[in-house]
Amino acid sequence: MSKTLFRTCPTTGLKIDLSAQALIKANAVAAVVFLAIGGLFGLSVALTRWPAVHLLPADWFYLALTAHGLDVLLLWIIFFEIAVLYFASAILLNSRIAAPRWAWAAFALMLTGGLVTNVAVLQGQSTVMFTSYPPMMAAQHFYLGLILFAVGALIACGVFFGTLVIARDEKTYQGSIPLVTFGALTAAIIAVFTLASGAIILIPTWLWSMGLVSNIDPLMYKLVWWAMGHSSQQINVSAHVAIWYAIAAMLFGAKPLSEKVSRGAFLLYILFLQLASAHHLLVEPGLSSEWKVFNTSYAMYLAVLGSMIHGLSVPGAMEAAQRARGFNKGIFEWLRKAPWGNPAFSGMFLSLVMFGFLGGISGVVMGTEQINIIIHNTLYVPGHFHGTVVAGTTLTFMAMTYLLIPLIFQRQVAFPKLARWQPYVFGLGVAGISLFMMGAGTLGVSRRHWDITFATAPFDFNYPPTAFLMMALNGMSAIAASIGGLMFIVIVVASVFFGKPVRDKIILAAPSGQPISGAVATYGSAGTLRIPGTLVLVGIFFVAFVLYYFVNWKYLSEIWPMR
Amino acid sequence: MSDKEPAAGEEPVRIPFMQRVLDNHFLLLFLGVVVPTVLYIIWGILELVQIPVAP
Repeated sequence: MSKTLFRTCPTTGLKIDLSAQALIKANAVAAVVFLAIGGLFGLSVALTRWPAVHLLPADWFYLALTAHGLDVLLLWIIFFEIAVLYFASAILLNSRIAAPRWAWAAFALMLTGGLVTNVAVLQGQSTVMFTSYPPMMAAQHFYLGLILFAVGALIACGVFFGTLVIARDEKTYQGSIPLVTFGALTAAIIAVFTLASGAIILIPTWLWSMGLVSNIDPLMYKLVWWAMGHSSQQINVSAHVAIWYAIAAMLFGAKPLSEKVSRGAFLLYILFLQLASAHHLLVEPGLSSEWKVFNTSYAMYLAVLGSMIHGLSVPGAMEAAQRARGFNKGIFEWLRKAPWGNPAFSGMFLSLVMFGFLGGISGVVMGTEQINIIIHNTLYVPGHFHGTVVAGTTLTFMAMTYLLIPLIFQRQVAFPKLARWQPYVFGLGVAGISLFMMGAGTLGVSRRHWDITFATAPFDFNYPPTAFLMMALNGMSAIAASIGGLMFIVIVVASVFFGKPVRDKIILAAPSGQPISGAVATYGSAGTLRIPGTLVLVGIFFVAFVLYYFVNWKYLSEIWPMR
Repeated sequence: MSDKEPAAGEEPVRIPFMQRVLDNHFLLLFLGVVVPTVLYIIWGILELVQIPVAP
């Protein structure tokens, strides 16, 4: 076995395995490349949905929609998550990474699979959208690419678990693993279920595309496919919550209010979060109400309880840390004096708020069998998941990148003034996309139709004029988000390839004298519950949650009168 | 995982049950795969296979 080489990070004091560092860099760079490609396709989709622009012809629209879903929902996010897994295991636990050659093989498989699937889509024979429901059939290499990607990601998860075993056996940490690593462990566990489900359904579908299997039952496909399709977004939730804790720890020296309670909330994710996949099947006639209601209205709510615990604990940890530094005036001095000009903080805090208010509340509405019927298969659905996956996960990953550039790539962040504004521009655009798509969906606009005017359809159908306004505002928001995305790509490329090297300790925003590794890489709690500002924010959230939930029941009673 | 090993002359520290569960990463992996497999996939498949085939 070759000798492991380490360096010591001058800022965090952490011992960094150079193999792990190289793997984090490779996965993060691949992630950003696919974000750029997928984002471009996303802009073209939004501009086509804007009736006044209507950019693409129908065949290109569905091709772009397929590529957008694959590149951003799978490739950008899972490549970045693999980087997070290696960071949270090898780096935070001061350990060597397990089986680096296997980790490189995993990266090669994922990259090959991602490229093959993209080629298949761009060749025009695989316009089956992200869900690829049979009886629509894509080219053979579309499924093959996805299978290669899933197998590579599974191997990477194996490397993560192996690194945990090595760290424990070599006693590189004391007691329990830190909370950020526990959050990454949650993400990895959900990833194993997700990727195994993907392999179980995609392998027979691949054989079907080759003519070796005669039939794929569409309902069976939907059931198993959503165990991958929706659970893959639950990997994101676990990973970005772990990163919220990491950024709070690295910028403020913040420790969770109660490590035990936060770990309990992650346990709720491990047990119940994947079951939320059932909400995609709430209107399927072949499944019983018992199955639907148990998986969504019972199990999913336990996972939502976990999210609400994190929603209290993350800002609460920051408030406790800020108050310990002397920001005690009034209820919100701790928040006013937060580093709003630091893109790592602003990106994280914006994602925290938008994930809760936009993605979280709408997710509970969608997961309720009765009120799901109002918005099922409308644009409300992508409106919801742009609130979770883009405002929540993507913005969090962008925020984390501003810390990875100096700490892992050892480069200064280029264009710091541009970086200061980037999370706000992107966040504003994404909030608009989410809100206006949900607005259009509430008005009944179909989720996937190329032309909401139905200009070439044999029958007339008119959406209300407000729906057209919503689609125009959605298009404008997509332009704002694309500008924010482009700013991010420019900053990352300039920093990574042309940035000034970082050789000495850098100042993040932590309290002077307290090593960052003390908060992010060890087990322990803040030991206080004096967080009045956070309690006010949580109160506002609950009021919004209750009001919106009941507004939807009222809406249901109006469109479906019970006489 | 058993209780923490005591240093010389120290009493063993009792680790709470839930902490031992949460420190057992492969038990969590087992639960995180089995629970959704049983409650979502297997239960769902059992319902789908009982749908009568159209004549």
